[in-house]
Amino acid sequence: MIHVSATPVLALRGVSKRFGAVQALTDVDLEIHTGEVVALVGDNGAGKSTLVKTISGVHPIDDGAIEWEGTKVAIGRPHDAQNLGVATVYQDLALCDNLDVVANLFLGSELKSAAVLDEIKMEKRARELLDTLSIRIPSVRIPVAALSGGQRQVVAIARALVGDPKVVILDEPTAALGVEQTAQVLDLVERLRERGHGVILISHNMADVQAVADRVAVLRLGRNNGVFDVAQTSPEEVIAAITGATDNAVTRRRARTATALKEDAK
Amino acid sequence: MSDLAKTPEPTKARAASGSAVDAEPSAAPAAAVDPRLLVREQGFAGYWTEFIRKVRGGELGSLPVVIGLIVIGLVFQLQNDKFLSASSLANIAVFTSGVGIMSVGIVFVLLLGEIDLSVGSVAGVGAAVWAVLSVNHGWGDWLSVFVAIACGTVIGVLHGFFFAKIGVPAFVVTLAGFLGWSGLQIWMMGKEGSINTPTGSVVEDLTTHFFADKAAAYGLALVAVLAYAGSQLLDARRRKTAALPSRPLSEILLRTGVLAVLALVVAYFLNEPKGARGLPLALVLFLAVLVIADFVARRTTFGRQVFAVGGNAEAARRAGINVDRVRITVFAISGMLAAFGGLFIASLSGGATKSLGSGNTLMIVIAAAVIGGTSLFGGRGKIWSAMLGMLVIQSIQQGLNLEGMASEIQYMITGAVLLAAVVIDSVSRRTQKSAGRA
Ligand SMILES: Nc1ncnc2c1ncn2[C@@H]1O[C@H](COP(=O)(O)OP(=O)(O)OP(=O)(O)O)[C@@H](O)[C@H]1O
Ligand SMILES: [Mg+2]
Repeated sequence: MIHVSATPVLALRGVSKRFGAVQALTDVDLEIHTGEVVALVGDNGAGKSTLVKTISGVHPIDDGAIEWEGTKVAIGRPHDAQNLGVATVYQDLALCDNLDVVANLFLGSELKSAAVLDEIKMEKRARELLDTLSIRIPSVRIPVAALSGGQRQVVAIARALVGDPKVVILDEPTAALGVEQTAQVLDLVERLRERGHGVILISHNMADVQAVADRVAVLRLGRNNGVFDVAQTSPEEVIAAITGATDNAVTRRRARTATALKEDAK
Repeated sequence: MSDLAKTPEPTKARAASGSAVDAEPSAAPAAAVDPRLLVREQGFAGYWTEFIRKVRGGELGSLPVVIGLIVIGLVFQLQNDKFLSASSLANIAVFTSGVGIMSVGIVFVLLLGEIDLSVGSVAGVGAAVWAVLSVNHGWGDWLSVFVAIACGTVIGVLHGFFFAKIGVPAFVVTLAGFLGWSGLQIWMMGKEGSINTPTGSVVEDLTTHFFADKAAAYGLALVAVLAYAGSQLLDARRRKTAALPSRPLSEILLRTGVLAVLALVVAYFLNEPKGARGLPLALVLFLAVLVIADFVARRTTFGRQVFAVGGNAEAARRAGINVDRVRITVFAISGMLAAFGGLFIASLSGGATKSLGSGNTLMIVIAAAVIGGTSLFGGRGKIWSAMLGMLVIQSIQQGLNLEGMASEIQYMITGAVLLAAVVIDSVSRRTQKSAGRA
């Protein structure tokens, strides 16, 4: 596996998170390097979104450590993650329905001249940003409530590109998107990688994962269940890890050597 | 990151987008605007169709209240031609100001999606603090006024703290405040229970001073119209140079014209008829509060944050907004303006009393914001709704007073108007939902 950098830009070490009686995450490890796309996969309720939220400061971790460029950091609230350079697109989008598209895009990082909002600059940037994602939005000045599900999703994705993040986390960004917009988002992910950003991509779509990810980290019932190199792994192996057909290192290894033998035979 | 978004590799984008898009010039930025929706024709026709569309979609805004004001004016004027007289209108202006300023604070709280039930008591405490300090302790006039307003602010911060940090519902915190602060007020006012406003004091001037020079009212009207037109034209020009859609000149002229007529008519009635006393200081202060608050709400980061928290507090938190600080600040503003308004009430009623701010003050203040079109459900509303709503209430009261109607009837009518306003709010919200706009 070729890493662009030796020290991961973001690393989770033994992270645990509990919600009342639910142990959502147990002892999870994850590393993201710059210029790398890591896909995070797992069944519904596996803990993917929870993991994302611990990184972005929505739910602070109970146990374990988060390292940023090699040093341990405390992420207690969303502001901390943003300051580090983490931008997140949440599964539930987290948009303010009453605000218009421009206001949502720049929420928390408004452009100002003196102390006054610079609406014109923001609107211009918003249009450029949305154009690159080739989304058709009736007007950037209507409340987000008036947009379709896919349009809202693109607004949420564009939001993550407004600042200058080092790590971009996309929680099922293409779930509601059409063919063209999905392709645009996958393009965007590749562009992010080329520019040297770290990307965490959560998706249930194996084809998307295979298309853009460098590595696949599997979560199962809130625990790590293997990290695979996309180039050297078949989708079946990943799916096996997701569904739990392989629950230990031995069966995993056996499956891998079996495919290796098959390829040798060809 | 913006450069990243601005420079997509065209080859890749094209390859991914497939044949459906190649058929049309997707590279042109204009193509990103959906042709089906919201393309407004230029000129008045476009303005009118957009207006109809908004009304159909439930975005009534200030429309009901403006219609209501016109109806109220006509009905009372037909009943009694003193209604639109100089003294009557000056009365409305002066009576509107104090409670109107309190209502501005309530608009902020409503935008958050919360409620502040303590404003009446805080007004009472503000007036009591001022009276006790300036009359009983002989503090300077200005200093006492300043301390009174500061006390209101601190009280607001306290409410905000319990609400934001401890997590007690605002309804309960301010209900406790409603009782507690009026207790403090009664205790401060002591055995006599009232302290008269010293003649010539700042607080007396608040509602009794009029700028008799005719130039004052006309000048203010002129400045307001010019400032409005100037800012609109400047904005339109900046948008044009930035290649953004801008308001057509015809629309700016129309808006400015409406404002000019309104402002000059008001100035005329304040200046010209027999018995006119000129421009009331109270009105000037109220307008100043409105302009500043409107600027804060619409043009600053803080205002944006208030709307965001009112719309979706969790989304606001995830956007890195310090939700607690926004909430505490809003309650502080509400407390500050409540105490300021309390001084107006003291000025009107000739002094601070045990019962200042009790009775229906709280009701009127909240009702005005809602009648003016600010939603009780948070995130939607305008600062100016405080003025519009308060004008409705005070006009009704003034009109009924002229009719010699008993106060119990006034209560019933004001209650009915409030109910109508809340019904309009709820119905328009439902229409907006079905039109996909809430
Ligand atoms: N705020 C919360 N309070 C209580 N339990 C929670 C909370 N958020 C998540 N959980 C629980 O944590 C577990 C993991 O949820 P999570 O949302 O991370 O799953 P996921 O992998 O993102 O699933 P999906 O693919 O459906 O999005 C679930 O059992 C869920 O019930
Ligand atoms: Mg999820």
